[in-house]
Amino acid sequence: MVSYIFRRTLMAIPLLLGITILSFVIIKAAPGGPVSMLMDPTLKPSDREKFEEKYGLNDPVHIQYFKWLGNMVKGDFGNSLIKRGVPVSELIMNRLPNTLLLMLVSTFLAAIIAIPFGIYSAMRPYSKLDYTVTVGSFLGVATPNFWFGLMLIMFFSVNLGWFPTGGVATLNAPFSIWDRIHHLILPAIVLALADMAALTRYTRSSMLDVLKQDYIRTAMSKGFKEKKVVLKHGLRNGMIPIVTLFGLMLPSFIGGAAITEKIFSWPGIGSLFIDSAFQRDYPVIMALTVVSAIFVVIGNLLADILYAIFDPRIEY
Amino acid sequence: MAQSNIEISQEELQLNPNLKEKPDTLTRIFFRKFFKNKLAVTGSVILFIIIISAVFAPLIAPYSFEQQNLIDKLKPPSSEYWLGTDRYGRDIFTRLLYGGQISLLVGFASVVGALIIGVSVGALAGYYGGIIDAMLMRFVDIVISIPSFFLLITVVTIFKPSVGNLILIFALTTWTNTARLVRGEFLTLRSREFVLASKTIGTKAYKIIFSHILPNAMGPIIVSATLLIGNVILAEAALSYFGLGIQPPTPSWGNMLYDAQNYTVMLSAPWYPFFPGLLILLTVLSFNFIGDGLRDALDPKSID
Repeated sequence: MVSYIFRRTLMAIPLLLGITILSFVIIKAAPGGPVSMLMDPTLKPSDREKFEEKYGLNDPVHIQYFKWLGNMVKGDFGNSLIKRGVPVSELIMNRLPNTLLLMLVSTFLAAIIAIPFGIYSAMRPYSKLDYTVTVGSFLGVATPNFWFGLMLIMFFSVNLGWFPTGGVATLNAPFSIWDRIHHLILPAIVLALADMAALTRYTRSSMLDVLKQDYIRTAMSKGFKEKKVVLKHGLRNGMIPIVTLFGLMLPSFIGGAAITEKIFSWPGIGSLFIDSAFQRDYPVIMALTVVSAIFVVIGNLLADILYAIFDPRIEY
Repeated sequence: MAQSNIEISQEELQLNPNLKEKPDTLTRIFFRKFFKNKLAVTGSVILFIIIISAVFAPLIAPYSFEQQNLIDKLKPPSSEYWLGTDRYGRDIFTRLLYGGQISLLVGFASVVGALIIGVSVGALAGYYGGIIDAMLMRFVDIVISIPSFFLLITVVTIFKPSVGNLILIFALTTWTNTARLVRGEFLTLRSREFVLASKTIGTKAYKIIFSHILPNAMGPIIVSATLLIGNVILAEAALSYFGLGIQPPTPSWGNMLYDAQNYTVMLSAPWYPFFPGLLILLTVLSFNFIGDGLRDALDPKSID
C-alpha cells in the first residue's frame, strides 16, 4: 500500500509539469499577450528594448519558462497587471477561504440530499419515486447554473427581498454568523444543484450493483430488516465508487463554482478568475489555471488513495 | 445447405408463434429499444421542434431580430409580442428563434471538430499502444486536469470571440473524453480475431482502423457525442452570458441572458431572463435524454 501511494504520487509530478508547460504555451501564444498590456504604446523603440530587457522578454522561451516555474515553486506568481504591485499570491490567498467555504457547504448540501435519494431509488428501481428522482437529476444536470442563479436572485432577492443579491456579508456591518449564512444560502443552492444531480445518479447505479450481490440476498434471507441490510451492509460497499466520483467531478465543480461566484459577486478565486480574464490580467489567469489544475491533480490523487484504502479487494 | 437451417419446422412454430415474424435485425432492435424509452422519445420530439424552428427562423419569426421599437420596450407577452420584448423593444420570440440557430450551430460544429481530434488521437493511441499511447494519453491527462471552464475562458480572452473561433475553441478544449473513450474501445478491439485476421492478410493499418475497428466502436462514440453537444451548448451560453462568447447584436440564448441581468429588467420584466434560460434547459435536457436512450438502445447487453 505504501509503495502504491508513493508510486501514485510520483506519477503526479510529470502531470503537474505538463500542466505548467501547457499554461505557459497558451499565454505565450497570445497575440500581443501580456507585454502589450504593460507597455505604453507610445514608447520609443529604445525604451521598448529597455523594457523588454528588464522583464526578461529577450531571453529564450525555455529560459523564461524555467524562471517562471522556479518562482512559482517558491510561491511567487508575480504581480497583478491591473492592481499594480499587488502579488498574485496575495490576491489568491485573500479569496481562497471564501471559495473553500462555498464549496464545502454546497458539497455537504448536495451529499445529504443526493445520497438518501440515490439509495432509495436503488432500493425500489423503476418505482414512481425512482422515476421522479431520475427525471429530477436529468433536470439538475441540464439547468444552466447561471440562469438558475439569476432566477433565484430575481425572485428571492429582487422581487421578494428575502435574500441579499450577492457578497459574503453586509457591507460595513459587524460580523454576525446569521448574516454570513444569509449570504451563503442562495449561492450554495445553485452550486449544489448540478452536483446533487450527478451524485444521485452515481449513488443509484452503484447501490443497484451492490444490492444485486449474493451477500445482500443472504443477509435478507436470514431475516434482517431491509433497512438494516441496505444501510449497514450495502452502503459500505456502495459508497466506494462515490469517493472516486468526487475526484472526477472536481474540474467541473471548480468551473461551476467560478460561475456561481461571479453571479453572486462572491469574492472567491472563481470570480477573481473571470474578472481577471476580462481585464486580461495574465499573471492572475496563469496562476489560477495552474493552481486549479493542481487542486484537480491532488483531488484525484486523494481519491485514488482513498479508493485503495477502502476497497481491500483491489491489490496493487 | 443454408436454406435448411433457416426453415422453421411446424413444431417450432407451434411452440413459439413469434418466429413467424420477420427476423430481428440490429436496426430493428435498436429502434424498438429506443422508442420504448419515454424520456428519449420526449427528448427527440422537443429537439426536433427546436431544430425546425431554428432552421426556419426567417419564415416563422414575426419580426427581424434587430428591429427596435423603443416605444414598446419591455412589454409583457401579448398577442402582438408572443414572449414580450427586450430593453430595446425587440421581439423576444424572434430573437430566441435566431439565437437557437447560433447555439445549435456552435453545439453541432464544435462536437464534429472534437470528434475528429478525439477519434484520431484515441485511435492512434489505442491501435499502436506503447510509447505513442503513453505520450498521447499523458497529454490528455494534462488537458483534462485543467478545469475546462478555466481553459475555455483563458483561450477566449486570447482570440476574438467570433462564431468560427468559438467553434474552434470548443473543439480544441472538449475532445479529451472522446479520445479516452475511443482509446479504450480500440484497446479491446485490436486483439479480437477479426482484426488479427485482417492483419495476417496484410490489410493496411488505416484500413483496419477506419473500416474494421471504428465501426465497432461507434456506439459509445455516438452516445458521448450526443451528451457533449448538450455540454457545449451550456458552455457557450455560459460564456455568452458573461459577455465572452457570441457578441451582440447577433442573438444567442446566452447573450440574451447577459442583456437581461439588470435590476430594472428583473423587477419589471421577469419573463425576459426566463425564456432564454428555459430554452437552453430544454435543449440540453433533450440531448441528455436522447444520449441516455441511445446508450441503452446501442448496448447489446441491455434488456430489450
